[in-house]
Amino acid sequence: MLVKFLKKLAVLIPMVFGISLISFFIIHLAPGDPTALFVDPNIDPKELLRIKANWGLDKPIIIQFFYWLKNIIRGDFGIAYLYNRPVLELILERIPATLLLMGTAFIIILLISIFFGVYSAYKKDSFLDKIVSILSFIGMSLPSFWVGLMLILIFSVELNILPSSGFSNPLLSTSPIYLRIYDIFLHLILPVSTMVIVGFAGLTRYIRSTTIEVLKQNYIRTARAKGLPENIVLFKHALRNSLLPLITIVGMSLPDLFAGAFIIETIFGWPGMGRLGVSAVFSRNYPLIMGIVFISSVLILLGNAFADLLYLIADPRIRIDEND
Amino acid sequence: MKMIKKLKDFLAFENKASQFALIFIILLIFAALFAPLLCRYNPAELGTESLLPPSFNHFFGTDDFGRDIFSRILYGARISLSVGFIAVAISVIVGFLFGIISGFFGGWIDFLIMRFVDVMLSFPSIFLILSIQAMFTPNIYNVVFVIGLTSWMGVARLVRAEVLSVKERPFVEAAKVLGLPTKNILFRHILPNVIEPVLVAATIGMAGAILTESALSFLGLGVQPPLSSWGNMLQDSQAYLRDAPWMAIIPGFFIFITVLCIYLIGEGIKEKIQK
Repeated sequence: MLVKFLKKLAVLIPMVFGISLISFFIIHLAPGDPTALFVDPNIDPKELLRIKANWGLDKPIIIQFFYWLKNIIRGDFGIAYLYNRPVLELILERIPATLLLMGTAFIIILLISIFFGVYSAYKKDSFLDKIVSILSFIGMSLPSFWVGLMLILIFSVELNILPSSGFSNPLLSTSPIYLRIYDIFLHLILPVSTMVIVGFAGLTRYIRSTTIEVLKQNYIRTARAKGLPENIVLFKHALRNSLLPLITIVGMSLPDLFAGAFIIETIFGWPGMGRLGVSAVFSRNYPLIMGIVFISSVLILLGNAFADLLYLIADPRIRIDEND
Repeated sequence: MKMIKKLKDFLAFENKASQFALIFIILLIFAALFAPLLCRYNPAELGTESLLPPSFNHFFGTDDFGRDIFSRILYGARISLSVGFIAVAISVIVGFLFGIISGFFGGWIDFLIMRFVDVMLSFPSIFLILSIQAMFTPNIYNVVFVIGLTSWMGVARLVRAEVLSVKERPFVEAAKVLGLPTKNILFRHILPNVIEPVLVAATIGMAGAILTESALSFLGLGVQPPLSSWGNMLQDSQAYLRDAPWMAIIPGFFIFITVLCIYLIGEGIKEKIQK
């Protein structure tokens, strides 16, 4: 099992290499080079050459790539223009907010989709199953930014009961800790609801279909034939097996969550990595863009590897398989 | 006559929801095509009466520049639908080629292509799209290409899996034994068998492309004004949520209903295939 997992980890190395290669070259496809952005165009050409040499921009692009790679292995993603601070520091500062938002939304999505997925599989073609199916089609089709705007319109503009943007209220910065936590909680409600509304559909449909498959299996019939109570059959025998593939799906839906966070954070002014990324794109802050693309992709890959590991631990059939 | 019957069969769904969805999309396509005849106002024409609520003169009201929202919705439908169609065409072609090559030849070619797919899948694609849009001046052509080129991976995996299963069937083996050229085996014997699942994937992909286009335009990195797209109409609406909520409600509703209908059509096709 360990060997298998190590093999999977070994595949990650060329993949990280591939990711860095793609992100590096995309950035360098850009017309003009970074100096054009903030160096006075009337500058003495010699001085410009000196600046370029200073940043290594006079070297061939392949050499530049390996310089960059060498630096990021050391954890040095360069200095972000405009902010004049190390890229890594800026990103690390923003990651907790993004993880708080994504994590909360994700846990709620999981709970909702496991409950409704299993229930509607069990009561297939019932009234509730149909409702769940209709709701998930609606959820899949709703554009997240529109849901966000509508929630702001209803709860912030019309009813004025929830804050529409930001992470916390600056006026409360000296208040006791429980008030500040409550304040952050209030700020979380709208962005998290938006993510849940547009995000629960895929997982619910998925869990429904795997559970339907599992319920047809022989061991379920055996469990029922033994006279086990229905809820034990459902939650002990069926749920365990139908949740197995979920581990992989969860790993695979990480990119969507990250993507969702970019838009949600922008609408709700959430001070996370996504909003940092969008503003980096607008100001063409290349080192920052590369840093964010690289770090979020690596996080996603690690998430997938972790999902694989969990799968190996959770499913004995796979462990036994690789022995022969 | 036979053609008409075939077309009728193709367009008829058992599922009522899918049938309504198809009718809605066809109506929307016609409305978009004949937009100049249906609209009383030019979508880009600035008016003096801004932020008017919906009324008989302006079915959906006017926006901050006094432009008629109804006209902008219809002209926006042209953009959204064509972006969806073309982006999906690109992603299907690219995905098809990669998938069929990967599945048919196997070995290290398969390994390389599949690792490339993995790498592409682990980028949050919206971010890849955002960075590309920031590099070049955002315009509608870039939007289409970028969406197409970042969404082919699903089709590639699907086609590969289908090819792998079809490849083992006796008729393909027979074709190989007969010594038919690879090209013929691929396109005459394998391709027709993978078309149906790809069609379903393409409808789902089209819904996704329309959502992505509107998200990009909403962020200001997609279709640029004065062209109207549902996404960039929503972008303008943010500042007027209090005074003119219809500016936000209407374009978003159209995105939602269009995407929903496309998903339902996809579902209808899926049910048809499974029978």
